[in-house]
Amino acid sequence: MFIFFCFLPLIVFSLAFLALPLVRLFSASVEGELGWSIYGEILSNPRYMQSLLDTVLVSLAVTIAALLVATTAALFLTHNRFRGRSLLIASLTFPLAFPGVVIGFLMILLGGRQGLVNNISSNVFDTRLVFAYSMVGLFFGYLYFSIPRVLLTVMATAEKLDPALVEAARSLGAAPLQVLRDVTLPGLAPALIASGAIAFATAMGAFGTAFTLATDIDVLPMVIYTEFTLSANIAMACALSVLLGLVTWVLLMFARSLTGTSIAASG
Amino acid sequence: MSRRSAFVIQFSVTLLACAFLLVPAILSILAGVTVNYFQGIVASGVTLKWVGQVWELYSDTIWRSMGIAFGCLIITAIIGIPAAYGLNRFPGRISRIVEEFVSLPLSIPGLALALALLQLYGTIKGFRLSSWFILVGHVLYTMPFMIRSVLAVFSTIDLQSLEEGAASLGASSWQRFKDIALPNAWPGILAGALTVVTLSIGEFNLTWMLHTPLTKTLPVGLADSYASMRLEIASAYTLVFFVMIVPLLAAMLWASNKAQSIGKPS
Repeated sequence: MFIFFCFLPLIVFSLAFLALPLVRLFSASVEGELGWSIYGEILSNPRYMQSLLDTVLVSLAVTIAALLVATTAALFLTHNRFRGRSLLIASLTFPLAFPGVVIGFLMILLGGRQGLVNNISSNVFDTRLVFAYSMVGLFFGYLYFSIPRVLLTVMATAEKLDPALVEAARSLGAAPLQVLRDVTLPGLAPALIASGAIAFATAMGAFGTAFTLATDIDVLPMVIYTEFTLSANIAMACALSVLLGLVTWVLLMFARSLTGTSIAASG
Repeated sequence: MSRRSAFVIQFSVTLLACAFLLVPAILSILAGVTVNYFQGIVASGVTLKWVGQVWELYSDTIWRSMGIAFGCLIITAIIGIPAAYGLNRFPGRISRIVEEFVSLPLSIPGLALALALLQLYGTIKGFRLSSWFILVGHVLYTMPFMIRSVLAVFSTIDLQSLEEGAASLGASSWQRFKDIALPNAWPGILAGALTVVTLSIGEFNLTWMLHTPLTKTLPVGLADSYASMRLEIASAYTLVFFVMIVPLLAAMLWASNKAQSIGKPS
């Protein structure tokens, strides 16, 4: 009886504000003029398919880049102890709770028209270098918020790996790259899959960064937003949201089934 | 490749990554205290004028964000802690489904969730136009973090034996929850609470769809200033945000590490 009351508030809240709204989202998506064929329309409309493809590509690129950079840094910080190490860790994790809008603004300061990179390249090389207001800016923005997440996950796992295994491989004559390929990376695999999936899903659903950088970056969340606000095409906005939600959810479930650990995307 | 060159490559990548994350943040902080960004900080000097203007223009968003974060903490604690206790007591198939279901907001993008809430409750004006609407979105999004954080601590301690001992001495269910489970779960509650507050203050994806011109939160105000204010004011506002979020984040990481080290030899 007492346990029932423990669950009661959660069940009431989740039904009212999660289950019912999601059901409503789905029903709203098929209540437009097109009815159920709205999902066929998404698949046959080149604009939506192009934006889905662009979103997947930029998210994939970010995931690969974040895994490469953050894993390298994580292994370095795990294997070496030196003064200033904790300072490096702090400066690699502080953007963890920055919203996408702030990161968009930071990318404008870095790669915008009055940005640092453009200032340096205009003064030193006499060429303008502006990358913030495009897919490139979006890529760097997503990389900015993916690095801390991947780093923390990989470091937590790397610290638990048995250093004796690496020593054993070395004493048997394995080169550094062989040790990395045959010992370290297989040990890190669950963390790499988990954090890679988070980075990918977060990039797929992120909205704030694209919103700050430019209104004509056609990633899927931006398309949903413009369908909803500018075109007032509610049914299409709902259908695309259902599609986006399903894609990220299925992906995280799949990653979870590979690793057996719980995974959370946020941001 | 020798061990020496491997070291050099790793070290350079780490430093480059640090620079990539730090430099834009430093640029933004400097721009917020520069008299004129286009002349540069050296030529035009340092000022707190822009921070003052941010306070005049946007202090309501700061108070609202703090209020919503606090409300979010209270509600996630009231709903989440008993639920985590229940999930720990009955670790069966149904519990897994419940946990999976309430964790959906972690994998469904905020934009989709906000759209779902708008579709169902958008027409109830009194609710739609108030800060409560945003609060509901934030509770939805942060609840899984509170539940998981508390559940993680429960699963490392042998709560069952403690409770059996108390029950044999005549303690009721409520007493066992209040006097045994709660005190033992404290590190998880603290870590969960700091996570909830940090995430709520920084939340944008949901909030942008749920807010009205009269219910702007800090990140919504930031987006607004990026679009319409001069660069120095936008930067000063960002600086105010950094001052709020970075200490919270540090506390959150510290508390999470502490909660995770329970039950392990230190």
